[in-house]
Amino acid sequence: MAETAFTADDFRPAAVTESAQAVARPSLSYWQDAWIRLKANRRALFSLYLVIGLSLFTLVGPLIWTVDPSLQDLEQISQPPGADRDATVVAPHRPWDGAPELPLRSGLSLAASPTTQSVRLVWEPLPDAAGYRLYRNLFPAAGGQALGLPLFETFNLREPSAGEREGATPRKNQRRFEDRLDLKPRSYYYSVAALDAQGQMTGDVHRLELTVTRVITAQEAEAMGLVEDASLLNPGDRIKLRAHPLGTDYLGRDLLARLMAGARVSLFIGIAAPLLFIAFGVIYGAAAGFLGGWPDQALMRFSDFVVALPFLLFMILLRVASGVQPGESGITPMVLAMVLLSWPAAARLVRGQILQIREEGYISASRLLGGGAPYLVLRHMIPNTLGVILVTMTFAVPTAIFTEAFLSFIGMGVAPPTPSWGSMCNEGIKTMLTTPHELIFPALFISVTVLAFNLLGDGLRDALDARMRSAE
Amino acid sequence: MLRYSLKRLLQGLVTVFFIATATFFAMHSVPGDPLASDKALTERIRANLEAKYGLDQPLMTQYGIFLGNLLQGDFGISYTQENRRVNDIIREHFPVSATLGILAIAFAGLGGVLWGALTALYRNRLPDVLIMLAVILGISVPSFVFAALGQLLLVQLNGVLGFSVLPVAGWGTVAHMLVPSLVLGLGTMAYLTRLMRSSMLEIVGSDFVRTAKSKGLSARRIFTHHQLRNAILPVVTVLGPAIAAITTGGFVVEMVFAIPGLGRYFVQAVQQLDYTVIMGTTVFYGAFLVFMVIVVDLLYGWIDPRVRLE
Repeated sequence: MAETAFTADDFRPAAVTESAQAVARPSLSYWQDAWIRLKANRRALFSLYLVIGLSLFTLVGPLIWTVDPSLQDLEQISQPPGADRDATVVAPHRPWDGAPELPLRSGLSLAASPTTQSVRLVWEPLPDAAGYRLYRNLFPAAGGQALGLPLFETFNLREPSAGEREGATPRKNQRRFEDRLDLKPRSYYYSVAALDAQGQMTGDVHRLELTVTRVITAQEAEAMGLVEDASLLNPGDRIKLRAHPLGTDYLGRDLLARLMAGARVSLFIGIAAPLLFIAFGVIYGAAAGFLGGWPDQALMRFSDFVVALPFLLFMILLRVASGVQPGESGITPMVLAMVLLSWPAAARLVRGQILQIREEGYISASRLLGGGAPYLVLRHMIPNTLGVILVTMTFAVPTAIFTEAFLSFIGMGVAPPTPSWGSMCNEGIKTMLTTPHELIFPALFISVTVLAFNLLGDGLRDALDARMRSAE
Repeated sequence: MLRYSLKRLLQGLVTVFFIATATFFAMHSVPGDPLASDKALTERIRANLEAKYGLDQPLMTQYGIFLGNLLQGDFGISYTQENRRVNDIIREHFPVSATLGILAIAFAGLGGVLWGALTALYRNRLPDVLIMLAVILGISVPSFVFAALGQLLLVQLNGVLGFSVLPVAGWGTVAHMLVPSLVLGLGTMAYLTRLMRSSMLEIVGSDFVRTAKSKGLSARRIFTHHQLRNAILPVVTVLGPAIAAITTGGFVVEMVFAIPGLGRYFVQAVQQLDYTVIMGTTVFYGAFLVFMVIVVDLLYGWIDPRVRLE
């Protein structure tokens, strides 16, 4: 066996080159991990964008669309979005002397072109008529149906005698009428019916269908702020009325501006109420969980009692009891009532979490190191329940928005004229058949907001809390 | 079980007592005068009216009288409707609300179980995606919008067909009940569908389903006898809150569809500040909801013996 010769070289420590087991990724905190998971969830991300969009709509919207939500545009009432808003400038109205400006036709005919300022009608005599009654309708009257709104009636058996001047006596059978009653740019169906000697309709009717054009005087245009100076406008000019991108409501208020103002109210209630009651619930639950023993029992018994109260019934009751005076918006009583009735869920949840965390090793460690009770609760227990609290909070927002909408809808919520999405729905439902946009837009906003917060809540739950992860 | 039931009932009674107390003091703290109306009252009429409604007594005496009457099941007389007893109002209008509510619960329960089971069966395929989309809509849209849309749809349908398929509003026949109860049940149906789906998916992977499969049972039998039966259990637990949701949701649906139920009456009483009717109906509804929750809890323990009631 050959002798092995060792040299000093052989006893040199091996060079440290590179560790084969380097950890490839940096460590992630709980919140970083949750954020990565949330970003991977397409639905949650989409809902996050929706929530951001809604916040922009609420906060930045009024800066861009600076229309006063309480301003009434009486020229455009219940206008759907994209309605025609052209108007022709005309001279101020002058009383009608009865002279026709247009060639008359047989039956009922127009004496001048029909405008929103006035519709001037002249009719030929009907056989054996002792009088006439003029009706206006929004729809063509099918056989046997009512003729519409009676506008004018003349009833006299006597033809004007030779001595009486035409127009001097009001007791003759006048066969013309000027309609100035709340005319809108749309089609109208006029009928004039003959009356017999007893004042009954004989059945003879003249009919006329006409379409009214929108006109405006220069003075009105100036008063509405459409032009600087009325003298710049000449009769016959065409101008555009105020723009309303989403139309107007039944009082002619701009729907977009009202939706923005309503968003402030609805989202304020939807976010402030959950924030407050969850804050209260966290303090209550943390106190109960940390104290334990009989204080815990007593506190939880009380919360059980509050849970058993029927929620909406008591919301209504508290609203009645708070007696909102005219001029108040009723927002504060509503938020207070929600806080009073909704905190126990959060309190229970936090108490459960605290009871669990109290037994964890790191609490004992912290206590051994000299951590006092407030430090333990504030530094370790509440931060560790934050994930659950955030999820609860996100799910509480749609519930609060629904509650606000429900109460405002039955007239027990935000008091008019303060707009909220719920009260706008309440107003819109009355004209649902003729102008559905007044109901659809606020309802859409409620639905989209509730949807966004529900999806976001699902996403946050999946990202933050492994135990509550939904089965998907 | 019996002891637990008695304990829950006793707790329920205490809760109802608190509801009655809270209602009484809430209504008596309302600023203003219950007898204030547009008609000026003379001193003597006023004194007579106050004596009739017991308003001339001190507050605590009034409270005592209120509780005493309540124990005998007497809710008092309406302020706005002359000599009409609140009991008569409840007796007359509650059956209407109850019919509507029971139909709505039936729609919601049947629909929720059916749709939920379907989504689990067709997991991640077209029916599942479509139904879950509808569920998201059902959860996000307020009940009064459904009510309005339901009415709008009926008007259009009747207009297109030229005759009245289903009445748009009112009450009386079965035809009147269908659409309002469906509308009332939609939100709960969506919620139950979601619950049923996750419960079904949980059960598909459970041991007893695997055992049933390995025994060679047909897929259909496994579905109906093993999956469906077990998946329905969690649905029963939320019936309590569902009843509460449908009861209060009924307020709006009754308003929109002009149904003469107690909910619409309650909303009217609230708007007219008819104090005795508000107190009576609140206590009545409160007691009803509290006991429905207890009944559902007890029912759950009976259906699923694994649940320990204590």
